[in-house]
Amino acid sequence: MSSLNKNTFFKSLMFYFPTLILFLSVLNEIDFNYLAIEYFSFNFAYVLIFYWTLKNPYYLSYGSIFIAGLINDVVIGIPIGISSFCYLLICAVTAYLRNITLTPNFINDWLSLLVTILLINSIQVMSLDLIFSIEVNYMKYFINSGFTFILYPLFLFIFNSIENRIKFQKND
Amino acid sequence: MVSSRDDFVIAIRSAFLKKSYQQKFSLLTLIFLSLIIIILGSLNFKPIQYVKIGINEVIYRSSFIVSIPENYIKKLDLQLKDHLNLYDNYKRNETTLNELKKEKLNNDFLVLENNRLRELINESVQSQDIYAKVLVDKDSPYLKSIVVNKGSKNNVKLGMAIVDDIYLVGKIIEVNYTNSRALLLSDLNSKIPVLLEPAGIHAVLSGTGKNYGVIEFTKEEYNQELSNKELVVYTSGYGGLFKSGLPVGKINNSKENNKNEINFFSDFRQLDYVKIVSYEMESEN
Repeated sequence: MSSLNKNTFFKSLMFYFPTLILFLSVLNEIDFNYLAIEYFSFNFAYVLIFYWTLKNPYYLSYGSIFIAGLINDVVIGIPIGISSFCYLLICAVTAYLRNITLTPNFINDWLSLLVTILLINSIQVMSLDLIFSIEVNYMKYFINSGFTFILYPLFLFIFNSIENRIKFQKND
Repeated sequence: MVSSRDDFVIAIRSAFLKKSYQQKFSLLTLIFLSLIIIILGSLNFKPIQYVKIGINEVIYRSSFIVSIPENYIKKLDLQLKDHLNLYDNYKRNETTLNELKKEKLNNDFLVLENNRLRELINESVQSQDIYAKVLVDKDSPYLKSIVVNKGSKNNVKLGMAIVDDIYLVGKIIEVNYTNSRALLLSDLNSKIPVLLEPAGIHAVLSGTGKNYGVIEFTKEEYNQELSNKELVVYTSGYGGLFKSGLPVGKINNSKENNKNEINFFSDFRQLDYVKIVSYEMESEN
Protein backbone atom coordinates (compact mmCIF):
# COMPACT_ATOMS: atom_id res chain seq x y z
CA MET A 1 0.00 0.00 0.00
CA SER A 2 2.84 2.38 0.85
CA SER A 3 4.29 1.84 -2.62
CA LEU A 4 0.94 2.82 -4.08
CA ASN A 5 0.92 6.02 -2.05
CA LYS A 6 4.33 7.01 -3.42
CA ASN A 7 3.24 6.48 -7.01
CA THR A 8 2.60 9.95 -8.52
CA PHE A 9 0.35 8.49 -11.24
CA PHE A 10 -1.86 6.92 -8.59
CA LYS A 11 -1.91 10.20 -6.66
CA SER A 12 -3.06 12.22 -9.67
CA LEU A 13 -5.56 9.50 -10.55
CA MET A 14 -7.06 9.84 -7.09
CA PHE A 15 -7.08 13.63 -7.45
CA TYR A 16 -9.00 13.46 -10.73
CA PHE A 17 -11.20 10.60 -9.52
CA PRO A 18 -14.44 12.64 -9.23
CA THR A 19 -13.96 14.14 -12.71
CA LEU A 20 -13.12 10.73 -14.17
CA ILE A 21 -16.17 9.10 -12.58
CA LEU A 22 -18.39 11.96 -13.75
CA PHE A 23 -17.28 11.52 -17.38
CA LEU A 24 -17.57 7.74 -17.17
CA SER A 25 -21.07 8.04 -15.70
CA VAL A 26 -22.33 10.37 -18.43
CA LEU A 27 -20.76 8.26 -21.18
CA ASN A 28 -22.09 5.04 -19.70
CA GLU A 29 -25.31 6.31 -18.05
CA ILE A 30 -24.74 4.46 -14.77
CA ASP A 31 -28.30 3.86 -13.64
CA PHE A 32 -28.64 0.04 -13.62
CA ASN A 33 -31.44 0.24 -16.18
CA TYR A 34 -30.20 -3.03 -17.67
CA LEU A 35 -31.63 -4.77 -14.60
CA ALA A 36 -34.98 -3.89 -16.18
CA ILE A 37 -36.61 -3.16 -12.83
CA GLU A 38 -39.57 -1.13 -13.96
CA TYR A 39 -39.72 1.33 -11.09
CA PHE A 40 -36.06 1.82 -10.41
CA SER A 41 -33.74 4.46 -11.80
CA PHE A 42 -31.58 7.15 -10.31
CA ASN A 43 -29.34 9.93 -11.50
CA PHE A 44 -25.80 9.19 -10.42
CA ALA A 45 -24.40 12.38 -11.96
CA TYR A 46 -26.66 14.56 -9.81
CA VAL A 47 -25.46 12.88 -6.60
CA LEU A 48 -21.83 13.03 -7.67
CA ILE A 49 -21.95 16.72 -8.60
CA PHE A 50 -23.94 17.63 -5.49
CA TYR A 51 -21.54 15.86 -3.14
CA TRP A 52 -18.24 17.00 -4.62
CA THR A 53 -19.21 20.61 -5.31
CA LEU A 54 -20.67 20.89 -1.82
CA LYS A 55 -17.85 19.25 0.09
CA ASN A 56 -14.83 20.07 -1.96
CA PRO A 57 -15.19 21.84 -5.33
CA TYR A 58 -11.40 21.79 -5.64
CA TYR A 59 -11.69 18.27 -7.17
CA LEU A 60 -14.48 18.97 -9.65
CA SER A 61 -14.27 22.08 -11.83
CA TYR A 62 -17.31 23.88 -13.22
CA GLY A 63 -15.79 23.70 -16.72
CA SER A 64 -15.65 19.90 -16.63
CA ILE A 65 -19.22 19.75 -15.25
CA PHE A 66 -20.37 21.94 -18.17
CA ILE A 67 -18.67 19.64 -20.71
CA ALA A 68 -20.02 16.52 -18.95
CA GLY A 69 -23.53 18.00 -19.34
CA LEU A 70 -23.03 18.46 -23.07
CA ILE A 71 -21.85 14.84 -23.37
CA ASN A 72 -24.84 13.61 -21.35
CA ASP A 73 -27.24 15.42 -23.70
CA VAL A 74 -25.61 13.79 -26.71
CA VAL A 75 -25.64 10.29 -25.17
CA ILE A 76 -29.27 10.30 -24.01
CA GLY A 77 -30.43 12.25 -27.06
CA ILE A 78 -32.01 15.36 -25.58
CA PRO A 79 -31.39 18.88 -26.96
CA ILE A 80 -27.86 20.07 -26.26
CA GLY A 81 -27.28 22.38 -23.27
CA ILE A 82 -30.11 21.19 -20.99
CA SER A 83 -28.05 18.84 -18.79
CA SER A 84 -25.22 21.40 -18.54
CA PHE A 85 -27.71 23.97 -17.30
CA CYS A 86 -29.16 21.51 -14.76
CA TYR A 87 -25.74 20.41 -13.52
CA LEU A 88 -24.63 24.03 -13.12
CA LEU A 89 -27.81 24.81 -11.18
CA ILE A 90 -26.79 22.09 -8.72
CA CYS A 91 -23.40 23.82 -8.46
CA ALA A 92 -25.14 27.14 -7.82
CA VAL A 93 -27.20 25.61 -4.99
CA THR A 94 -24.16 23.93 -3.43
CA ALA A 95 -22.10 27.14 -3.72
CA TYR A 96 -24.92 29.03 -1.98
CA LEU A 97 -25.16 26.34 0.73
CA ARG A 98 -21.41 26.50 1.30
CA ASN A 99 -21.59 30.26 1.72
CA ILE A 100 -24.42 30.23 4.26
CA THR A 101 -23.39 27.12 6.21
CA LEU A 102 -21.02 27.39 9.14
CA THR A 103 -21.34 23.83 10.44
CA PRO A 104 -22.28 21.23 7.78
CA ASN A 105 -25.25 19.08 8.70
CA PHE A 106 -26.16 15.85 6.90
CA ILE A 107 -29.95 16.29 7.17
CA ASN A 108 -29.76 19.85 5.80
CA ASP A 109 -27.63 18.67 2.87
CA TRP A 110 -29.95 15.75 2.19
CA LEU A 111 -33.09 17.91 2.17
CA SER A 112 -31.32 20.50 0.03
CA LEU A 113 -30.57 17.73 -2.48
CA LEU A 114 -34.28 16.85 -2.62
CA VAL A 115 -35.29 20.45 -3.27
CA THR A 116 -32.52 20.83 -5.86
CA ILE A 117 -33.36 17.70 -7.85
CA LEU A 118 -37.07 18.50 -7.80
CA LEU A 119 -36.24 21.98 -9.08
CA ILE A 120 -33.90 20.89 -11.86
CA ASN A 121 -36.06 17.98 -12.97
CA SER A 122 -39.01 20.38 -13.17
CA ILE A 123 -36.93 22.75 -15.29
CA GLN A 124 -35.81 19.84 -17.49
CA VAL A 125 -39.35 18.52 -17.96
CA MET A 126 -40.72 21.99 -18.71
CA SER A 127 -38.02 22.80 -21.24
CA LEU A 128 -38.35 19.42 -22.99
CA ASP A 129 -42.13 19.48 -23.01
CA LEU A 130 -42.86 23.15 -23.65
CA ILE A 131 -39.87 24.39 -25.68
CA PHE A 132 -38.82 21.28 -27.60
CA SER A 133 -42.22 19.46 -27.66
CA ILE A 134 -40.64 16.18 -26.54
CA GLU A 135 -43.14 14.09 -24.60
CA VAL A 136 -41.69 12.81 -21.31
CA ASN A 137 -42.91 10.38 -18.70
CA TYR A 138 -43.56 12.45 -15.56
CA MET A 139 -43.82 9.37 -13.35
CA LYS A 140 -40.36 8.19 -14.40
CA TYR A 141 -38.89 11.60 -13.56
CA PHE A 142 -40.63 11.50 -10.20
CA ILE A 143 -39.34 7.98 -9.44
CA ASN A 144 -35.88 8.95 -10.63
CA SER A 145 -35.87 11.96 -8.28
CA GLY A 146 -37.08 9.77 -5.40
CA PHE A 147 -34.41 7.11 -5.79
CA THR A 148 -31.69 9.74 -6.31
CA PHE A 149 -32.73 11.26 -2.99
CA ILE A 150 -33.00 7.91 -1.17
CA LEU A 151 -29.64 6.62 -2.40
CA TYR A 152 -27.73 9.79 -1.42
CA PRO A 153 -26.66 8.51 2.05
CA LEU A 154 -25.16 5.39 0.46
CA PHE A 155 -23.14 7.43 -2.04
CA LEU A 156 -22.27 9.90 0.74
CA PHE A 157 -20.65 7.06 2.66
CA ILE A 158 -18.70 5.87 -0.41
CA PHE A 159 -17.62 9.37 -1.45
CA ASN A 160 -16.62 10.24 2.12
CA SER A 161 -14.24 7.30 2.25
CA ILE A 162 -12.85 8.22 -1.19
CA GLU A 163 -12.37 11.82 -0.11
CA ASN A 164 -10.50 10.70 3.01
CA ARG A 165 -8.31 8.57 0.80
CA ILE A 166 -7.57 11.52 -1.52
CA LYS A 167 -6.74 13.74 1.46
CA PHE A 168 -4.47 11.03 2.81
CA GLN A 169 -2.69 10.82 -0.56
CA LYS A 170 -2.31 14.60 -0.67
CA ASN A 171 -0.80 14.79 2.80
CA ASP A 172 1.47 11.84 2.21
CA MET B 1 -34.12 42.42 8.41
CA VAL B 2 -31.88 44.55 6.20
CA SER B 3 -28.76 42.71 7.33
CA SER B 4 -30.29 39.26 6.60
CA ARG B 5 -31.21 40.44 3.09
CA ASP B 6 -27.66 41.73 2.67
CA ASP B 7 -26.31 38.35 3.79
CA PHE B 8 -28.51 36.61 1.21
CA VAL B 9 -27.33 38.93 -1.59
CA ILE B 10 -23.70 38.47 -0.58
CA ALA B 11 -24.11 34.66 -0.51
CA ILE B 12 -25.78 34.65 -3.94
CA ARG B 13 -23.17 37.00 -5.42
CA SER B 14 -20.38 34.96 -3.97
CA ALA B 15 -21.90 31.69 -5.25
CA PHE B 16 -22.40 32.90 -8.81
CA LEU B 17 -19.53 35.27 -9.45
CA LYS B 18 -16.62 34.22 -7.27
CA LYS B 19 -14.10 31.99 -9.04
CA SER B 20 -13.22 30.09 -5.90
CA TYR B 21 -11.19 26.90 -5.50
CA GLN B 22 -9.08 27.52 -8.60
CA GLN B 23 -12.15 27.50 -10.91
CA LYS B 24 -11.32 28.82 -14.38
CA PHE B 25 -14.87 30.00 -15.12
CA SER B 26 -17.45 31.66 -12.94
CA LEU B 27 -20.71 29.77 -12.48
CA LEU B 28 -22.74 32.62 -13.96
CA THR B 29 -20.71 32.62 -17.20
CA LEU B 30 -21.25 28.89 -17.71
CA ILE B 31 -24.97 29.07 -16.85
CA PHE B 32 -25.41 31.86 -19.42
CA LEU B 33 -23.41 29.83 -21.96
CA SER B 34 -25.72 26.81 -21.41
CA LEU B 35 -28.79 29.02 -21.81
CA ILE B 36 -27.42 30.49 -25.04
CA ILE B 37 -26.75 26.97 -26.37
CA ILE B 38 -30.29 25.83 -25.44
CA ILE B 39 -31.91 28.88 -27.08
CA LEU B 40 -29.80 28.69 -30.25
CA GLY B 41 -30.40 24.92 -30.39
CA SER B 42 -34.17 25.43 -30.22
CA LEU B 43 -33.89 27.94 -33.10
CA ASN B 44 -31.93 25.36 -35.17
CA PHE B 45 -28.94 27.72 -35.36
CA LYS B 46 -26.55 26.15 -37.90
CA PRO B 47 -23.20 26.46 -36.01
CA ILE B 48 -24.80 24.77 -32.95
CA GLN B 49 -26.03 21.93 -35.20
CA TYR B 50 -22.51 21.48 -36.62
CA VAL B 51 -21.01 21.48 -33.12
CA LYS B 52 -23.59 18.88 -32.08
CA ILE B 53 -22.80 16.65 -35.08
CA GLY B 54 -19.07 16.96 -34.26
CA ILE B 55 -19.65 16.01 -30.62
CA ASN B 56 -21.93 13.12 -31.69
CA GLU B 57 -19.22 11.62 -33.90
CA VAL B 58 -16.73 11.49 -31.02
CA ILE B 59 -19.07 10.76 -28.11
CA TYR B 60 -21.01 7.85 -29.65
CA ARG B 61 -17.76 5.96 -30.30
CA SER B 62 -16.41 6.81 -26.83
CA SER B 63 -19.69 5.77 -25.21
CA PHE B 64 -19.54 2.44 -27.06
CA ILE B 65 -16.04 1.76 -25.70
CA VAL B 66 -16.89 2.89 -22.15
CA SER B 67 -20.06 0.74 -22.18
CA ILE B 68 -18.20 -2.49 -23.04
CA PRO B 69 -17.97 -3.71 -19.39
CA GLU B 70 -21.64 -2.86 -18.69
CA ASN B 71 -22.75 -4.56 -21.91
CA TYR B 72 -20.74 -7.62 -20.92
CA ILE B 73 -22.53 -7.82 -17.56
CA LYS B 74 -25.86 -7.29 -19.30
CA LYS B 75 -25.18 -10.17 -21.72
CA LEU B 76 -23.97 -12.39 -18.90
CA ASP B 77 -27.23 -11.82 -17.04
CA LEU B 78 -29.28 -12.74 -20.12
CA GLN B 79 -27.15 -15.83 -20.81
CA LEU B 80 -27.62 -16.99 -17.24
CA LYS B 81 -31.40 -16.63 -17.52
CA ASP B 82 -31.32 -18.56 -20.82
CA HIS B 83 -29.40 -21.41 -19.22
CA LEU B 84 -31.76 -21.60 -16.28
CA ASN B 85 -34.79 -21.78 -18.56
CA LEU B 86 -33.19 -24.18 -21.03
CA TYR B 87 -35.54 -27.16 -20.63
CA ASP B 88 -38.74 -25.07 -20.55
CA ASN B 89 -37.60 -23.16 -23.62
CA TYR B 90 -36.80 -26.41 -25.45
CA LYS B 91 -40.26 -27.87 -24.83
CA ARG B 92 -41.97 -24.65 -25.86
CA ASN B 93 -39.83 -24.31 -28.99
CA GLU B 94 -40.54 -27.90 -30.01
CA THR B 95 -44.29 -27.30 -29.94
CA THR B 96 -43.93 -23.98 -31.75
CA LEU B 97 -41.71 -25.53 -34.42
CA ASN B 98 -44.29 -28.18 -35.25
CA GLU B 99 -47.01 -25.55 -35.58
CA LEU B 100 -44.79 -23.32 -37.71
CA LYS B 101 -43.93 -26.16 -40.09
CA LYS B 102 -47.61 -26.57 -40.82
CA GLU B 103 -48.14 -22.84 -41.23
CA LYS B 104 -45.12 -22.48 -43.52
CA LEU B 105 -46.70 -24.62 -46.20
CA ASN B 106 -49.68 -22.27 -46.29
CA ASN B 107 -47.48 -19.18 -46.23
CA ASP B 108 -45.26 -20.34 -49.09
CA PHE B 109 -48.35 -20.64 -51.24
CA LEU B 110 -49.59 -17.18 -50.20
CA VAL B 111 -46.24 -15.52 -50.94
CA LEU B 112 -46.13 -17.01 -54.42
CA GLU B 113 -49.72 -15.98 -55.04
CA ASN B 114 -48.99 -12.45 -53.78
CA ASN B 115 -45.97 -12.12 -56.08
CA ARG B 116 -48.01 -13.30 -59.06
CA LEU B 117 -50.76 -10.76 -58.27
CA ARG B 118 -48.23 -7.93 -57.94
CA GLU B 119 -46.78 -8.89 -61.33
CA LEU B 120 -50.28 -8.74 -62.80
CA ILE B 121 -50.73 -5.10 -61.71
CA ASN B 122 -47.07 -4.25 -62.50
CA GLU B 123 -46.29 -3.26 -58.92
CA SER B 124 -43.10 -4.07 -57.07
CA VAL B 125 -41.54 -3.11 -53.75
CA GLN B 126 -37.94 -1.89 -53.99
CA SER B 127 -36.02 -1.95 -50.74
CA GLN B 128 -32.54 -0.84 -49.80
CA ASP B 129 -30.95 -2.63 -46.83
CA ILE B 130 -28.03 -1.34 -44.78
CA TYR B 131 -26.70 -3.57 -42.00
CA ALA B 132 -25.57 -1.67 -38.90
CA LYS B 133 -24.08 -2.38 -35.50
CA VAL B 134 -25.73 -0.89 -32.42
CA LEU B 135 -23.18 1.38 -30.71
CA VAL B 136 -25.23 2.79 -27.85
CA ASP B 137 -28.50 1.37 -26.52
CA LYS B 138 -29.02 3.26 -23.31
CA ASP B 139 -32.37 2.30 -21.88
CA SER B 140 -32.72 5.80 -20.52
CA PRO B 141 -35.81 6.69 -18.47
CA TYR B 142 -36.20 9.75 -20.67
CA LEU B 143 -35.77 8.63 -24.26
CA LYS B 144 -35.81 5.15 -25.77
CA SER B 145 -33.33 5.28 -28.61
CA ILE B 146 -30.32 3.51 -30.09
CA VAL B 147 -27.26 4.77 -31.93
CA VAL B 148 -26.06 2.76 -34.94
CA ASN B 149 -22.71 2.90 -36.75
CA LYS B 150 -24.04 3.95 -40.18
CA GLY B 151 -24.68 7.54 -41.18
CA SER B 152 -25.03 9.86 -44.17
CA LYS B 153 -21.76 8.39 -45.53
CA ASN B 154 -23.70 5.13 -46.04
CA ASN B 155 -26.81 6.82 -47.49
CA VAL B 156 -28.82 6.65 -44.28
CA LYS B 157 -31.66 9.16 -44.37
CA LEU B 158 -34.16 10.51 -41.84
CA GLY B 159 -37.26 8.36 -41.40
CA MET B 160 -35.72 5.08 -42.59
CA ALA B 161 -37.06 1.99 -40.79
CA ILE B 162 -34.96 -0.01 -38.33
CA VAL B 163 -35.61 -3.72 -38.51
CA ASP B 164 -34.39 -6.50 -36.23
CA ASP B 165 -34.50 -9.68 -38.32
CA ILE B 166 -38.00 -9.13 -39.80
CA TYR B 167 -39.51 -7.15 -36.92
CA LEU B 168 -39.84 -3.38 -36.97
CA VAL B 169 -38.10 -1.72 -33.99
CA GLY B 170 -37.96 2.00 -34.82
CA LYS B 171 -37.03 4.75 -37.25
CA ILE B 172 -34.08 7.05 -37.88
CA ILE B 173 -34.49 10.49 -36.27
CA GLU B 174 -30.96 11.93 -36.43
CA VAL B 175 -28.28 11.37 -39.05
CA ASN B 176 -24.59 12.20 -38.59
CA TYR B 177 -21.73 11.48 -40.98
CA THR B 178 -20.71 8.06 -39.63
CA ASN B 179 -23.55 7.24 -37.23
CA SER B 180 -27.23 7.89 -36.64
CA ARG B 181 -29.82 7.72 -33.87
CA ALA B 182 -33.05 5.74 -34.11
CA LEU B 183 -36.14 6.28 -31.99
CA LEU B 184 -37.50 2.96 -30.69
CA LEU B 185 -41.18 2.06 -30.96
CA SER B 186 -41.36 1.97 -27.16
CA ASP B 187 -40.53 5.69 -26.82
CA LEU B 188 -43.33 8.04 -25.73
CA ASN B 189 -42.80 10.15 -28.85
CA SER B 190 -43.12 7.21 -31.26
CA LYS B 191 -46.40 6.95 -33.18
CA ILE B 192 -46.80 4.69 -36.22
CA PRO B 193 -49.80 3.65 -38.31
CA VAL B 194 -50.55 -0.06 -37.89
CA LEU B 195 -52.97 -2.73 -38.99
CA LEU B 196 -54.46 -5.22 -36.52
CA GLU B 197 -54.89 -8.61 -38.13
CA PRO B 198 -56.97 -10.73 -38.64
CA ALA B 199 -59.62 -8.11 -37.68
CA GLY B 200 -58.24 -5.70 -40.30
CA ILE B 201 -58.53 -2.64 -38.02
CA HIS B 202 -56.38 0.41 -38.77
CA ALA B 203 -54.93 2.12 -35.69
CA VAL B 204 -51.97 4.07 -34.33
CA LEU B 205 -49.37 2.37 -32.19
CA SER B 206 -47.89 4.66 -29.52
CA GLY B 207 -44.88 4.06 -27.32
CA THR B 208 -45.32 4.25 -23.55
CA GLY B 209 -41.74 4.78 -22.37
CA LYS B 210 -41.91 1.19 -21.04
CA ASN B 211 -41.27 -2.12 -22.76
CA TYR B 212 -44.66 -2.23 -24.44
CA GLY B 213 -46.78 -0.09 -26.72
CA VAL B 214 -50.49 0.81 -26.76
CA ILE B 215 -53.09 0.97 -29.48
CA GLU B 216 -54.64 4.40 -29.89
CA PHE B 217 -57.15 6.18 -32.08
CA THR B 218 -59.43 3.29 -32.92
CA LYS B 219 -63.18 3.70 -33.10
CA GLU B 220 -64.98 2.87 -29.85
CA GLU B 221 -66.81 -0.12 -31.28
CA TYR B 222 -63.44 -1.68 -32.11
CA ASN B 223 -62.19 -1.48 -28.55
CA GLN B 224 -64.39 -4.35 -27.41
CA GLU B 225 -63.39 -6.36 -30.43
CA LEU B 226 -59.71 -5.84 -29.53
CA SER B 227 -60.06 -7.23 -26.03
CA ASN B 228 -61.58 -10.52 -27.14
CA LYS B 229 -59.27 -11.54 -29.93
CA GLU B 230 -55.72 -12.72 -30.47
CA LEU B 231 -54.42 -9.94 -32.70
CA VAL B 232 -51.08 -9.46 -34.39
CA VAL B 233 -49.90 -5.93 -35.17
CA TYR B 234 -48.35 -5.15 -38.58
CA THR B 235 -47.34 -1.86 -40.16
CA SER B 236 -50.13 -0.55 -42.36
CA GLY B 237 -47.87 1.32 -44.77
CA TYR B 238 -49.89 4.55 -44.37
CA GLY B 239 -47.73 7.64 -44.54
CA GLY B 240 -45.34 5.90 -46.93
CA LEU B 241 -42.47 5.53 -44.44
CA PHE B 242 -42.73 1.80 -43.80
CA LYS B 243 -43.65 -1.07 -46.05
CA SER B 244 -47.00 -2.59 -45.11
CA GLY B 245 -46.95 -5.95 -43.36
CA LEU B 246 -43.85 -5.58 -41.20
CA PRO B 247 -44.58 -7.51 -37.97
CA VAL B 248 -44.46 -5.32 -34.86
CA GLY B 249 -45.99 -7.17 -31.94
CA LYS B 250 -48.93 -8.98 -30.43
CA ILE B 251 -51.82 -7.64 -28.35
CA ASN B 252 -51.37 -8.71 -24.76
CA ASN B 253 -54.62 -10.29 -23.60
CA SER B 254 -53.17 -11.88 -20.49
CA LYS B 255 -53.50 -8.86 -18.21
CA GLU B 256 -56.66 -7.77 -16.47
CA ASN B 257 -57.68 -4.15 -17.06
CA ASN B 258 -56.18 -4.59 -20.49
CA LYS B 259 -55.61 -1.25 -22.18
CA ASN B 260 -54.73 -2.65 -25.60
CA GLU B 261 -51.10 -3.18 -24.67
CA ILE B 262 -48.77 -4.58 -27.28
CA ASN B 263 -45.81 -6.82 -26.57
CA PHE B 264 -43.17 -6.15 -29.21
CA PHE B 265 -41.79 -9.19 -31.05
CA SER B 266 -38.26 -7.87 -30.76
CA ASP B 267 -36.50 -7.46 -27.41
CA PHE B 268 -35.15 -3.90 -27.60
CA ARG B 269 -32.62 -4.60 -24.82
CA GLN B 270 -30.85 -7.21 -26.92
CA LEU B 271 -30.24 -5.36 -30.17
CA ASP B 272 -26.71 -5.97 -31.45
CA TYR B 273 -27.10 -5.71 -35.20
CA VAL B 274 -30.03 -4.15 -37.05
CA LYS B 275 -31.05 -3.50 -40.62
CA ILE B 276 -31.76 0.06 -41.81
CA VAL B 277 -34.33 -0.20 -44.57
CA SER B 278 -35.99 2.17 -46.99
CA TYR B 279 -38.88 1.09 -49.19
CA GLU B 280 -40.18 2.38 -52.44
CA MET B 281 -43.33 1.25 -54.19
CA GLU B 282 -42.85 1.08 -57.92
CA SER B 283 -45.92 0.95 -60.06
CA GLU B 284 -45.98 1.14 -63.84
CA ASN B 285 -49.69 1.97 -63.97
